[in-house]
Amino acid sequence: MKEKIKILCGLIAMVVGLLLPVSLLADNTETNSVVVTIDNFNFTPPALTVSVGTKVTWVNKDDVPHTVTSDDKLFGSRALDTDDKYAFTFQNPGTYSYYCSVHPKMTGKVVVQ
Amino acid sequence: MKNDRKTIEARFQEASAGHIERNLESDGIDRRGFLKCMAWAGSGMLWTISGGVLASKILSPVNAVAEDSPMGGFSFVQISDSHIGFNKPANTDVIGTLKEAIAKINALPAAPDFILHTGDLTHLSRAEEFDALEQLLKSTKTGRIFYVPGEHDVLNDNGKQYRARFGRESKGDGWYSFDHKGVHFIGLVNVMNLKPGGLGYLGHDQLEWLEDDVAHLSDSAPIVVFAHVPLWTVYPDWGWGTDDAGQALSYLKRFGSVTVLNGHIHQVQQKIEGKVSFHTAMSTAFPQPHPGAAPSPGPMKVPADKLRSVLGLTSVNYIEGQNALAVVDSTLAGS
Repeated sequence: MKEKIKILCGLIAMVVGLLLPVSLLADNTETNSVVVTIDNFNFTPPALTVSVGTKVTWVNKDDVPHTVTSDDKLFGSRALDTDDKYAFTFQNPGTYSYYCSVHPKMTGKVVVQ
Repeated sequence: MKNDRKTIEARFQEASAGHIERNLESDGIDRRGFLKCMAWAGSGMLWTISGGVLASKILSPVNAVAEDSPMGGFSFVQISDSHIGFNKPANTDVIGTLKEAIAKINALPAAPDFILHTGDLTHLSRAEEFDALEQLLKSTKTGRIFYVPGEHDVLNDNGKQYRARFGRESKGDGWYSFDHKGVHFIGLVNVMNLKPGGLGYLGHDQLEWLEDDVAHLSDSAPIVVFAHVPLWTVYPDWGWGTDDAGQALSYLKRFGSVTVLNGHIHQVQQKIEGKVSFHTAMSTAFPQPHPGAAPSPGPMKVPADKLRSVLGLTSVNYIEGQNALAVVDSTLAGS
């Protein structure tokens, strides 16, 4: 009987042990991934606040190409045609201003905390 | 020499009394009076003024169109924004509409001396797009084709491909100048190194080159400047202007005739500022909205039967001795 309880506890511990990090991972994936839409010559949202380690994905929904170019040349995409994507993971806190190098009036920023 | 000139000027003043009504800039040029002279010239003698120097010519009784002009002159065509590679609803056949523009050029009564393409040759700077554009323009009945890049031509490689194909004789990012039958042409690049939040941009090196390039020219040399983004502020919210164009124009202030030809905005807009005429051309690919008339400056969809009336090209006639070049737009719809 004691043996069975031990085995049962062990199994439960194992399952919990396996599930816990997976559930934590699931939470991380949801909070650490954000999408910015490019459309009508705008970045939406134009200002974004995220936590360190967040992956930001820009998607071009416009009918002309745009780029995502960091003002300080810290990151930058190639020209994105319609439906093309660009992703960058922000590993350090700070304020990151960026613009479209083809249409420089289009600007946005990512604040990483 | 001075005395002779004074005598000629004095005689001119007498002869032109009644023809020169408003000597606004003390240069003896008055449009109304000049036109009156032109009408009078039907009798055979025409006084022309160019940069303060009088000249007289015998006119033959024909229209003073460049190709027939006994005084000399020529014509060229400006096309712009062909966007080869664009395939969205605003126009799914930009190659077809460019071919129509070429057919129009080839149907002109006199072949233009050359073509100016004011940029956005391609939509995505792809090799096959550049190839297609070059191939299509080969069927144009003209001399050379001169280009300046648009922002769509310098994607991903800072214009390296563009310059390899079209900028072999150019300086820096692709600027250059050339002379044609007494007119000085300047091709400028204002789509490189664009600043965040900014407009078009010429940059220090190009401006220095420009200042030097025109330094030796006489005030009376007609100047034509062509660049992709407008060199005057059409609509800053949409990036339709060039941040440092003012400095470029300051080097051209002393010239009696400056014509600026731009593209980028896919519609005709014009402005005259003193002796400078600014003009933008239609696109051969798709139209864009009038300033502020839409949420953004992107491709504008129009009904299919209206498309050709908002696409087109620009013919420019230079008649020797006249200060202003005749700039005429025509659409693909035939008017």
